[in-house]
Amino acid sequence: MDETTNPTEAQELTPWDRVQMARHPQRPHTLDYIAALCEDFTELHGDRRFGDDAAIVGGLATFAERTVMMIGHQKGSDTRENMKRNFGMSHPEGYRKAQRLMRHAEKFGIPVICFVDTPAADPKKESEERGQGNAIAESILVMTNLRTPIVAAVIGEGGSGGALALSVADRILMQENAIFSVAPPEAAASILWRDSAKAPDAARALKLTAQDLYGLRIIDEVVSEPTGGAHQSPQEAITTLGARIRAHLDAISQIEIPTLLSQRYQKYRVIGQYHEA
Amino acid sequence: MWVKCTACRELVYKKELTDNLKVCPKCGHHMRMSAHEWIGLLDAGSFSEMDANLLPTDPLGFVSLGESYAEKLTTSQQRTGMPDAVLSGLGTIGGGRLALAVGDFAFMGSSMGSVYGEKMARSAERAADLGIPLLTINTSGGARQQEGVIALMQMAKVTMALTRLADAGQPHIALMVDPCYGGVTASYPSVADVIIAEPGANIGFAGKRLIEQIMRQKLPAGFQTAEFMLEHGMIDMVVERNQLPATIGRLIRLYGVRRDPVEQLINSIPYLNGRA
Repeated sequence: MDETTNPTEAQELTPWDRVQMARHPQRPHTLDYIAALCEDFTELHGDRRFGDDAAIVGGLATFAERTVMMIGHQKGSDTRENMKRNFGMSHPEGYRKAQRLMRHAEKFGIPVICFVDTPAADPKKESEERGQGNAIAESILVMTNLRTPIVAAVIGEGGSGGALALSVADRILMQENAIFSVAPPEAAASILWRDSAKAPDAARALKLTAQDLYGLRIIDEVVSEPTGGAHQSPQEAITTLGARIRAHLDAISQIEIPTLLSQRYQKYRVIGQYHEA
Repeated sequence: MWVKCTACRELVYKKELTDNLKVCPKCGHHMRMSAHEWIGLLDAGSFSEMDANLLPTDPLGFVSLGESYAEKLTTSQQRTGMPDAVLSGLGTIGGGRLALAVGDFAFMGSSMGSVYGEKMARSAERAADLGIPLLTINTSGGARQQEGVIALMQMAKVTMALTRLADAGQPHIALMVDPCYGGVTASYPSVADVIIAEPGANIGFAGKRLIEQIMRQKLPAGFQTAEFMLEHGMIDMVVERNQLPATIGRLIRLYGVRRDPVEQLINSIPYLNGRA
């Protein structure tokens, strides 16, 4: 294995390199995208059940000349903010806030744009007590049924179920150095290699890169990043992704809702590889 | 001849255990059952299997510790006699018709991969087409990691297929049995119309070991049991195994399903005969 790890040679990045880039602390986060791409962003809070989770943010904004509901996982840009945001790992109340905002958007015929960037759903006992499994399951259900266009953009880590809860969409975009995995490579390594240090092997085996997901026809587009990765030129990365989100949003906004939902149904219905004897 | 109860460690006469639906007569512990044993929940002779021809493949060409997913599948298939973790089909409970899909923990921890997802999705769509309820019996370690994101997406796929059942006005009754974790708990059974769990079943999202060791939290007694789920408002009821047929039968009657024999129905719908 003689692959270079020089990040400027995009074609030679290993999956583990991409994992590192997806997790890079200087990578732009959801609020950076919203600030650069939108006007009039008005953050909305609370799940009306228990509390307000800072690991997921959302609100109304003007984007591409229309009102949209922006929702996304939010990591911190420094240690203090990460403590506040729980490193982008949401408790049940974060997913319930997202559900509320999505239904709110549906009520007013407003499209939904989700930014996906989370290591995982919060795994603590308090989250279990408040029904983390239920919260994720309900988020998935709300999105499967939502009668408004949805675009999801994976901007960092698509960490398993906690990420899926914000990614059931009509169009899914991934930046080229983002990842989307069934489990964190370290966890998969621990279980399947009996050694969490084998995370780079797990990353390769899991097929978690944007290129892998595009090849598996799970996502709709791989969006290019500036040379060296989004963290090197955040504004450029934001502008590029913004244009692609807009293009997909324009396309799906033309489709009548019953047809849109029917296409969304098929999109997910066909995922799976098996043999029919 | 004799079996040791996994909970109280007492020796139990095997036949006595089988007659008691694998519930320990000494301590009441509900032991795990295979998918085929769960079919015993249905009216005798009423079960007809569907989608038996779906076989798993190795979409990622996954290899870990020198063993490929394909090899692991072969071993599991030989050991359990099942092609994958889920057994699905049609049957009756108390004369009421339903579609059934049940997981077998012996098959790779009943982890959810493509075949699991496809069988669940077809079961939901079939139930919708036939106008009957769907009963899922859910045990799982979570998403099948060897299928990567394809496995993760099954959470969305099965949820999506179940919207068809909802549109048909038919209920999804989910039984969660020991153990049920990860991507299965975090998807379709948790949004079923009625959620039943067995006494003492371990049910949760994040595993206990992860919470105790990585998150370093002390867990209270009874954490992530069926009773805990009930107390925290996450399930509808905890039902003893020998009460399940009566409970599910009652639910089916309450949701108002017709009570014609399944046989008649299969013969009267042409697509079922030719459908894969």
